[in-house]
Amino acid sequence: MLGLGLDQLTSDMNQLLALLFHQGVLDEQFLQLQQLQDEVSPNFVSEVITIFFRESEKLLKILREQLMDKEFSDYKKMGIHVNQFMGSSSSIGAQRVKTVCVAFRSAVEHSNRLGCLRALELLEHEYCYLKNKLHELFQIEQQRVLAAGIRYPVVHH
Amino acid sequence: MDSNGLSCIERKLHVLAVDDSIIDRTIIARLLKKYDCKVTTAENAMRAMEYLGLGHEQDTSEGKDLKIGMIITDYSMPGMTGYDLLKKIKESSTMSEIPVVIMSSENIPTRINKCLKEGAQDFMLKPIQQSDVKKLLSNEYSSY
Repeated sequence: MLGLGLDQLTSDMNQLLALLFHQGVLDEQFLQLQQLQDEVSPNFVSEVITIFFRESEKLLKILREQLMDKEFSDYKKMGIHVNQFMGSSSSIGAQRVKTVCVAFRSAVEHSNRLGCLRALELLEHEYCYLKNKLHELFQIEQQRVLAAGIRYPVVHH
Repeated sequence: MDSNGLSCIERKLHVLAVDDSIIDRTIIARLLKKYDCKVTTAENAMRAMEYLGLGHEQDTSEGKDLKIGMIITDYSMPGMTGYDLLKKIKESSTMSEIPVVIMSSENIPTRINKCLKEGAQDFMLKPIQQSDVKKLLSNEYSSY
């Protein structure tokens, strides 16, 4: 039944969020983003997250290229990109991604190439997990909006 | 008077937000708009200076004409930092009275003191939360 569908979807969404908070994948800063979403800005969270995905993938590509180049030694430059990633993940509440960035930064500060490679791999893994889970979350949210629309149809006169 | 008690003013506060991170610009703009501010963003200090009418041989009145009521800037930016921007604003003939707020992800007391000493109105630690902006704006409005 459509009514149950909405309740089930709401429950699914809350469960997924609870799991992500429990796993430390998201922190309270993500809640801050949700609080900024309202009638004036109804898609705020997905807009910000979309920007985050785009910027993150750019940064990951650059970091991967830098570390694959055995001649690369400009750790200062690498550090700038890691800092950017750290800042953006912190701003959206991507706690585990941020934690890996902290470790990555430390490896950069010690010009530790192997440490950087390990950190990058971990970063790619955490980012991938986060992206998948957030996509799942947005899918449920979209279905919820649809189900709510059907449950409370707009009556045109 | 509305629920947050901050919107009972005739003219919206026009804030210039400066940050090289597009994510942070998006978030700070939304935070400020939530509290009824008019927001202009700049992606670096040079753009901010241009917008304010500073940095040419003579400071123009552009900034004053735009009626910027507050400048919020990130500290760590490539090229000209938020601290450099703060100094330029405080040295200017047109914008020195405008409150400047510094944002940073690093909680470094010497950095904070340096900014306050140079005339920064306030310092906010990133990630910025709604309560930070609320507090900032209520301090600002209470000084009217």
